[in-house]
Amino acid sequence: MLSTILIIGGGQAGAQAIDTLRREGYQGRLVLIGDEPELPYQRPPLSKKYLSGEMAADRLPFRHRSFYEEHRVELRLGNRAARLDAAARQVELADGETLSYDRLLLCLGAESRRITCPGAALLGVHYLRGLADVGPIQMGFKPRSRIVIIGGGYIGLEAAATARKMGCEVTVLEMADRIMNRVVAPCVSRYFAQEHAAHGVNILCDTRVVRLEGEGRAERVVCADGTSHEADLVVVGIGAVATTALASEAGLACDNGIVVDEFCRSSDAAIFAAGDCTNHPSPRYGRRVRLESVDNAFEQAKTAALNMLGREVAHDRVPWFWSDQFDNKLLIVGLSQDYDRQVLRGDPGSRSFSVCYLKGRELLALEAVNHSKDYMAARKLIAERVLLDPDKLGEGERPLKEAV
Amino acid sequence: MPKIVFIEPGGARREIDAPLGITLMEAARQNGVDGVVAQCGGACACATCHVYIDPEWLAKLEPPEDMETGMLENAWQPQGNSRLSCQIHITAEMDGMLVRVPERQG
Repeated sequence: MLSTILIIGGGQAGAQAIDTLRREGYQGRLVLIGDEPELPYQRPPLSKKYLSGEMAADRLPFRHRSFYEEHRVELRLGNRAARLDAAARQVELADGETLSYDRLLLCLGAESRRITCPGAALLGVHYLRGLADVGPIQMGFKPRSRIVIIGGGYIGLEAAATARKMGCEVTVLEMADRIMNRVVAPCVSRYFAQEHAAHGVNILCDTRVVRLEGEGRAERVVCADGTSHEADLVVVGIGAVATTALASEAGLACDNGIVVDEFCRSSDAAIFAAGDCTNHPSPRYGRRVRLESVDNAFEQAKTAALNMLGREVAHDRVPWFWSDQFDNKLLIVGLSQDYDRQVLRGDPGSRSFSVCYLKGRELLALEAVNHSKDYMAARKLIAERVLLDPDKLGEGERPLKEAV
Repeated sequence: MPKIVFIEPGGARREIDAPLGITLMEAARQNGVDGVVAQCGGACACATCHVYIDPEWLAKLEPPEDMETGMLENAWQPQGNSRLSCQIHITAEMDGMLVRVPERQG
């Protein structure tokens, strides 16, 4: 019989694990430890509707406080887990409390990758990851403020779109030759670059930042080509790294994330991990992956919870992702690495199209721009490894599921 | 505050007070209605907040946009009265609305 389960990390994964554990009949002590003071809340709106002010703060939490009371969840929020002693099965909190566990679930998430160039520590340089990060950015997003965004990935571009909607003058500096280069096809990059340009965002690719200058506060961003960009506020979105210090210091195997098996079990049999912080096997793609995605956090947390209760359930999912920029919705399903053929469906000029990634006749991934039908159809085709006819795929008018 | 009646997958009936201005999905999730998963949190990106609206109430709602329809077509067992609950904003006229939650999502 398990008598105590501890969950460290109050994000999507932590919140979901609580739900699954109680639904599946776990009656023992359940403690949620989170370094942020808020009840578990949704992160995706932080760069979108919450940042713009369209969404109120009381809509961010997954559940009301009463949910945690009814489900007898002891909350230790605003309290960091400082040390993990895996041999003694104990966690020491920053305030000195020590908690013992039978099973521990680590939902540590990921943290913003920091810039390291000279001037990186100046005031006015912001990262966007948690609720506490939003306020200072929001305050700087005033009409005609000059906002410089370093990094043309999801976070940078969503922040750019939001800043522009709020009336700021926005410049995005991207090191690669196109925006979102690691996650989408060139034609999707091109489409979004055009959308941003049409809304007045200044996107500069092949542009490497070498230093930030200013008296105490960042006032300009200087690039390798000698150009410099005046800034009232700088937002940095250059990716994230898995949060693993607690786990690695406790001796758990970590390698670009906490290494877990398909049951979300770490190298210690009593410790599980879920979400952005894990390096886990993907049965569908036959390799280990680390994903930053709501879906993965949710599904791994569910799987981890079931396995903590002794059910043998493997995590085997096709991941999906989305991004909102201006009135465009980018939907991505699957992982496109190792593809041998890309097929465009529809016409980007129509503002609704998709890109298929094939390996032989199998669909590995699909990127859909304002095309929910292809996206939803692809989720099934990828998971079931349906063999497709690449020639029929290119006929944008033919429903994707009929291209077999 | 309008009351919404959810029938959960197991058949249990849940009456929820739904504040104006939030979505049907948010009302369900905040109160822990079983089966409304809502992974994407209302971005119309996952189709895991799929519900069946009682036909009597369906016509009183704003019709779905193309994005939602495209999602629903490939959701689990879509019907004529299928909607994504994240796309429905609570109004005073919805007091008493009956909503069935499908047995599974996706």
